[in-house]
Amino acid sequence: MPDVVVIGAGIVGAACAYYAARAGLDVVVVDRGAVAGGTTGAGEGNVLVSDKEPGPELDLALLSNRLWRDLASSGPGDGFEFESKGGLVVAETGEVLGALTSLAAKQRLEHTVVASGELGDYEPHLTEDLAGGVFYPQDAQVQPMLAAARLIRQGAERFGHSALMLRTGVTVTGFVRDGDRVTGVTTDQGDILAGAVVNAAGTWGGEIAALAGVHVPVLPRRGFILVTEPLERPLIRHKVYTAAYVTDVASDSEGLETSAVVEGTPAGPVLIGASRERVGFDRTVSIPVLERLAAQAVALFPALAERRVIRAYCGFRPYCPDHLPVIGEDPRAPGLYHACGHEGAGIGLAPATGHLIAQALIDDHLDLDLRPFRPDRFTKEDSR
Amino acid sequence: MRPVPVCPVPARVGSGERPMKPIYDLAVVGAGPAGVAGALTASLAGLSVVLVDAGARPGGQYFRHPPAGFHAENPGALHHGLDGFMRQWETLRGRADVLLHHRVWAVERAGGAMTVRCLEGDREERPRTVTARRLLIATGAHDRPVPFPGWDLPGVLTAGGAQALLKGDLVVAGRRVVVAGTGPFLLPVAAGLADAGAEVLGVHEANGRFGLAGHPLLAAGKAGEALGYGARLARHRVPYHGRQAVIAAHGDPGGTALTHVTVARLNSGWRPIATRTVECDTLAYGYGFVPQLDLPVQLGCATRHDVDGSPVVAVDAGLRTSVPGVYAAGESTGVGGAVLAEVEGRIAGRAAAADLGRRVPLDPALSRRRDRLAAFARALQSAYPVRPGWMRWLRDDTLICRCEEVPLSAVREAQELGAVDARSVKLLARPGMGWCQGRICGYAVACLAGEDPTAPRRPIAQPIRLGDLAASTRPPSD
Ligand SMILES: Cc1cc2nc3c(=O)[nH]c(=O)nc-3n(C[C@H](O)[C@H](O)[C@H](O)COP(=O)(O)OP(=O)(O)OC[C@H]3O[C@@H](n4cnc5c(N)ncnc54)[C@H](O)[C@@H]3O)c2cc1C
Ligand SMILES: Cc1cc2nc3c(=O)[nH]c(=O)nc-3n(C[C@H](O)[C@H](O)[C@H](O)COP(=O)(O)OP(=O)(O)OC[C@H]3O[C@@H](n4cnc5c(N)ncnc54)[C@H](O)[C@@H]3O)c2cc1C
Repeated sequence: MPDVVVIGAGIVGAACAYYAARAGLDVVVVDRGAVAGGTTGAGEGNVLVSDKEPGPELDLALLSNRLWRDLASSGPGDGFEFESKGGLVVAETGEVLGALTSLAAKQRLEHTVVASGELGDYEPHLTEDLAGGVFYPQDAQVQPMLAAARLIRQGAERFGHSALMLRTGVTVTGFVRDGDRVTGVTTDQGDILAGAVVNAAGTWGGEIAALAGVHVPVLPRRGFILVTEPLERPLIRHKVYTAAYVTDVASDSEGLETSAVVEGTPAGPVLIGASRERVGFDRTVSIPVLERLAAQAVALFPALAERRVIRAYCGFRPYCPDHLPVIGEDPRAPGLYHACGHEGAGIGLAPATGHLIAQALIDDHLDLDLRPFRPDRFTKEDSR
Repeated sequence: MRPVPVCPVPARVGSGERPMKPIYDLAVVGAGPAGVAGALTASLAGLSVVLVDAGARPGGQYFRHPPAGFHAENPGALHHGLDGFMRQWETLRGRADVLLHHRVWAVERAGGAMTVRCLEGDREERPRTVTARRLLIATGAHDRPVPFPGWDLPGVLTAGGAQALLKGDLVVAGRRVVVAGTGPFLLPVAAGLADAGAEVLGVHEANGRFGLAGHPLLAAGKAGEALGYGARLARHRVPYHGRQAVIAAHGDPGGTALTHVTVARLNSGWRPIATRTVECDTLAYGYGFVPQLDLPVQLGCATRHDVDGSPVVAVDAGLRTSVPGVYAAGESTGVGGAVLAEVEGRIAGRAAAADLGRRVPLDPALSRRRDRLAAFARALQSAYPVRPGWMRWLRDDTLICRCEEVPLSAVREAQELGAVDARSVKLLARPGMGWCQGRICGYAVACLAGEDPTAPRRPIAQPIRLGDLAASTRPPSD
């Protein structure tokens, strides 16, 4: 009998499994599909600190940023294209630049304010119609699908194949209970009993919680990404985005929001995001969204106008009404730990989430206060 | 050798000659046999029609580049086909707007109208939008290659590539050609190459245990066609081998030219039993066709699996898809040859006209004809399946995806990491992420992942410049 069953082999489940195995626990990860087949395979791989307001999410992001660097330099190694490239946030107007620099001051992150005339030193192809920007050296990037797969693989190799097992094609259908206590999961392939269960089902985390009779409102927020043809020479050095992104991320609006987020990848293509819409799990392509993403990217990097888009895809960010993830044991169902609802930052926040869940599982001292991420913080009205 | 007749390039419509309509009754994508027949039928029934195709000339797979063997001495049926097609085309040009050289990158449906987003031209392309009440998708199919060691060498061609060869892009006469794969189209390809003066060293049909005598064309009473090809192959002394395949191609040390191929005798599951070497400079091969579903999938049309496992658009007896106002005809509803494609186009054109309130008399004979042809197509597909043994022809370093240069070993590594389906193999190892977007390798990756190919999701069906995408909603400037 494993100590822990992790539901979901996305980046968050992978990180939970890795750190739990590292803490000496025997872990089974189950996923109804493949590794990284959920939202982890439908987004981008930015590991950001720059876009977070001061507060619990920024603290989580900073811890995670450090852990990503540890993972990249020690364990799983560079099998997931970790690049500490830094992020450049740019402002169209002086007013926005003012807001940006005061945010940077409050964040207490390493940063450099970049004057309009110096932006070209960072990004030679950037438009000149900008008021300036802020450079954040800690922002980084990973290939999220490889990261999830390799975390599980390397965990098994380092801590023992019996300590970390991946079972794909297993759908969780319910929970095994002993009174209130969760003591395992029922699946379409039989029951798996365990000392504890981690809900890392991402955008479907609310459904899993409901199977345990608890309310955790995780909802889908759709995002489209454009992918260009591979470029012969990198056109874009850092992760570059407009300051509007920060307000969009925190927005409560249901309507469409887009703000340019542009980055190159080691394989050559440029990825262009990011749209945010609340349309349920609707996959119907929205051409106007794609057009807006293209227009914003070209406005930032005029040279992109001549490059071809060869692909577009969409994914569904797992968001909670207060835009914070849910991390920790559920007092309403002891033995059930949640690690879901990371919205557009699950890749970045995964290692810290996994690390803290592992600490909670072995009852260790917690590196961060988990109260802001409590699973029972929502009211009934929080679910729409 | 007689020159190969090709469809003439018509004058462009829409840029000056005739103003485009703000909204048509019917837009047709694809100017192959299905699309042209559908457009003509609909316009004869009184609909205003616009026809869009990426190619510079109409004809689709079959008539644009006359298929292999087209100009042979006894291809009565084929000549007849082209004459008929050209007559339809000429009539259509007088009645409908035709936009050649227009690649459709997206279709949308909103408020009962269809928007067809095109890119006009090749290099100096520009966006252009067509609107219609109804949409007929007749985008045909593309080659289905399976990979094998050396398939990326110059001189190794797919069936479509062999057609280009015959069109005169390359000198054919004097080439030493091996033809391999499975399916009835190997015969016209081989006969055409031989007629054009190539030395065809053999036709290796991976199925067809009983050789040419067991060819389904004979069983279906199409003896004339089969014997015609057979006679031509016999005249050129081209041997036809059943249960054989080319399982590897080899080049000179620099990899700049094909020098020889490994031909294997196969068991019933296509595992090689014995091999020999054949020296040659050209290999033409093909393992059937993959219906082109990008546009129907964008619209959310339901698909189904055909006899050979390929996803195809699901249609009713009037060729209506599951999405109101959207019809599909030809190879996108299942691979079945040019005649079936034309019949389906006519049925779809009639259905579209009837659905828009035009009086269209019933034509049960047409439907019966479709049923008969479709039954024959299913029989052919069952006679020429791709058997799993081809996966044993691969080596660790055989490229599965040529665009992204992904070898078999990388696919296997992804599977070991937990990729259990084609999509997750792609996410971890990148096959299908490159320029062709999996059109070439998608079938092979699905087989390697152990699943039937699924309908591809391609929200952008054709590469488009970011600048054009940014501007594509602006009204056309002409
Ligand atoms: C367009 C877009 C761009 C993004 N860009 C970034 C970015 O740059 N940086 C960043 O940090 N984040 C980004 N994100 C967000 C990030 O992708 C997600 O936060 C993250 O992938 C969530 O990971 P997860 O492991 O929680 O969920 P998932 O990856 O969705 O994993 C959940 C898994 O649970 C499985 N599952 C669900 N139900 C069951 C069940 N009943 N039984 C068994 N298994 C089940 C699913 O199959 C799935 O594999 C982006 C998202 C989108 C959509
Ligand atoms: C080598 C070879 C030999 C063959 N031999 C025979 C034979 O002997 N007998 C027989 O009956 N059949 C034969 N066929 C099959 C025959 O070619 C097809 O059955 C027939 O062409 C199908 O017609 P269609 O109208 O469905 O599609 P197609 O003829 O393929 O036409 C589709 C059209 O759609 C256009 N199109 C596709 N996507 C887009 C887009 N996004 N934007 C704009 N335009 C687009 C293409 O340019 C093309 O012109 C052969 C095929 C090949 C390749």
